[in-house]
Amino acid sequence: MARLEETTADGRTLMRQSPATTEAQAANVALARKMRRRGEESRFWWLVPTIYIIFLMLPIYWLVNMSFKTNQEILGAFSLWPRNPTIANYMVIFTDPSWYKGYINSIIYVVMNTVISVAVALPAAYAFSRYRFLGDKHLFFWLLTNRMAPPAVFALPFFQLYSAFGLIDTHIAVALAHCLFNVPLAVWILEGFMSGVPKEIDETAYIDGYSFPRFFLKIFMPLIASGVGVAAFFCFMFSWVELLIARTLTTTAAKPIAAIMTRTVSASGLDWGVLAAAGVLTILPGALVIWFVRNYIAKGFALGRV
Amino acid sequence: MERTWNNKAWFMVLPVLLLVAFSAIIPLMTVVNYSVQDTFGNNVFFWAGAEWFEEILHSDRFWEAMGRNLVFSAIILTIEIPLGIFIALNMPKKGWGVPVCLVLMALPLLIPWNVVGTIWQVFGRVDIGLLGYTLRALGFNYNYVNDPFDAWITVIVMDVWHWTSLVVLLCYAGLVSIPDAYYQAAKIDGASRWAIFRYIQLPKMNRVLLIAVLLRFMDSFMIYTEPFVVTGGGPGNTTTFLSIDLVKLAIGEFNLGEAAAMSIVYFLIIMLLSWVFYTVMTAYDAER
Repeated sequence: MARLEETTADGRTLMRQSPATTEAQAANVALARKMRRRGEESRFWWLVPTIYIIFLMLPIYWLVNMSFKTNQEILGAFSLWPRNPTIANYMVIFTDPSWYKGYINSIIYVVMNTVISVAVALPAAYAFSRYRFLGDKHLFFWLLTNRMAPPAVFALPFFQLYSAFGLIDTHIAVALAHCLFNVPLAVWILEGFMSGVPKEIDETAYIDGYSFPRFFLKIFMPLIASGVGVAAFFCFMFSWVELLIARTLTTTAAKPIAAIMTRTVSASGLDWGVLAAAGVLTILPGALVIWFVRNYIAKGFALGRV
Repeated sequence: MERTWNNKAWFMVLPVLLLVAFSAIIPLMTVVNYSVQDTFGNNVFFWAGAEWFEEILHSDRFWEAMGRNLVFSAIILTIEIPLGIFIALNMPKKGWGVPVCLVLMALPLLIPWNVVGTIWQVFGRVDIGLLGYTLRALGFNYNYVNDPFDAWITVIVMDVWHWTSLVVLLCYAGLVSIPDAYYQAAKIDGASRWAIFRYIQLPKMNRVLLIAVLLRFMDSFMIYTEPFVVTGGGPGNTTTFLSIDLVKLAIGEFNLGEAAAMSIVYFLIIMLLSWVFYTVMTAYDAER
């Protein structure tokens, strides 16, 4: 290790001594590119991501494949692609209220949860990133434990709590219950982004006579806009993928699409085509928005700590 | 960053505190209540002391579920962490390949967990699933419904499919933060591929790797939906992990006292692990 650090320093001095001609720069760029290629022994490096992506896509492809087949074709003949592609399965979902209402229910409580989580997390994250106060570290840690809490522990108590308030089978019940893990997540992610904004900006704004709310909305929010977007995306996502709590708190009126799917598997004679189509439709929202957060996705999963 | 002492900041934290207290502390108190009381129905409760805790700590069923879960988490970590590092090292660093790789690899992370279960349940079926059908055609006697070994393999491959990308994304985020000068220096020094990994890339990935290990351990330790959809905890009890067992106990058998005691033990373990996570993170943040 020590030897390498020495050479790192050597390398830097070497580069500094060399005249800053375009030739030397070109040589440096070429060297960097060569290093990126990771030497001659691994010319086939692209094989690794390719094979991995094929492994990831195969099960998804199979679901898409099934969603375009009729039930007879799925059960009758084994084929790698639909012989007579049909959108009948999707039509079933888009015309039957008991199916498409599941999507509407899911989207309603997910959006409610995202709005609540980000709205309450913003001031809290600002407080954690800018101020020290009594018990701040304990509070921050306690929030984390809720992000890590197993939903199975909370399923039954949640049911009793929301029954007592008469909120069972409402969207707000699921939205509030998902706050258990989404609010801490939003606080952690936003705190990570806010700590990247220099404190001098706040101080200058106050000197310029900005009040706190005006400063927060006019100056600070635009600076952490990407952070708000990432936090909202992750709240949306974790509320969208969670099923155990959402299923426990709903019976019919607010039942999420994911729960409707499981019911179909167990009860109504296994309509594989419709099941596959419903599954494909639950993947789409994530697939659509992932493009916007691709550069921040690691930061989000690491709770804003990368 | 230097932070000023200001106790009024409590007012900014108050909404979060109230909201999370409502959805965390009240339910937890219910659990504590049940764990020290017994009932014969009709909402009449009486004090049971530590009976439920003794029962749960002496129950084979609890320890077996715990054992299965620990074995599962250990297998998951030994596969996903090295695999994730390996894939991250071979990711493209520039050009159109980067966003394509990132988006495609992140896709499984955004699929609802029970749909992940459904995908693999279908994929592994020997009559209509690509995986099961192919394995059968190749002469393997694969059947995840009846064979405990096949069920375990299916659940593990499913988890690798679902979550390895998380490790890849975190490691990749660590790798792209390494300045080119480090590689140039290593080239001048004639460092081998292994030396570059061991002395440049691995130290830079330390922090993200710790996050990856802790997150993967936590999430695999409370896994519920995916194996529940694929195997339902079976065949027999062979894939009944802690959360599945807990839900069975609480909602299936309505054995509230025992389920509550189990919840508390479970939650204490999670608290301990969260504390490790927090300590590690704050130690790294202090270095920054």
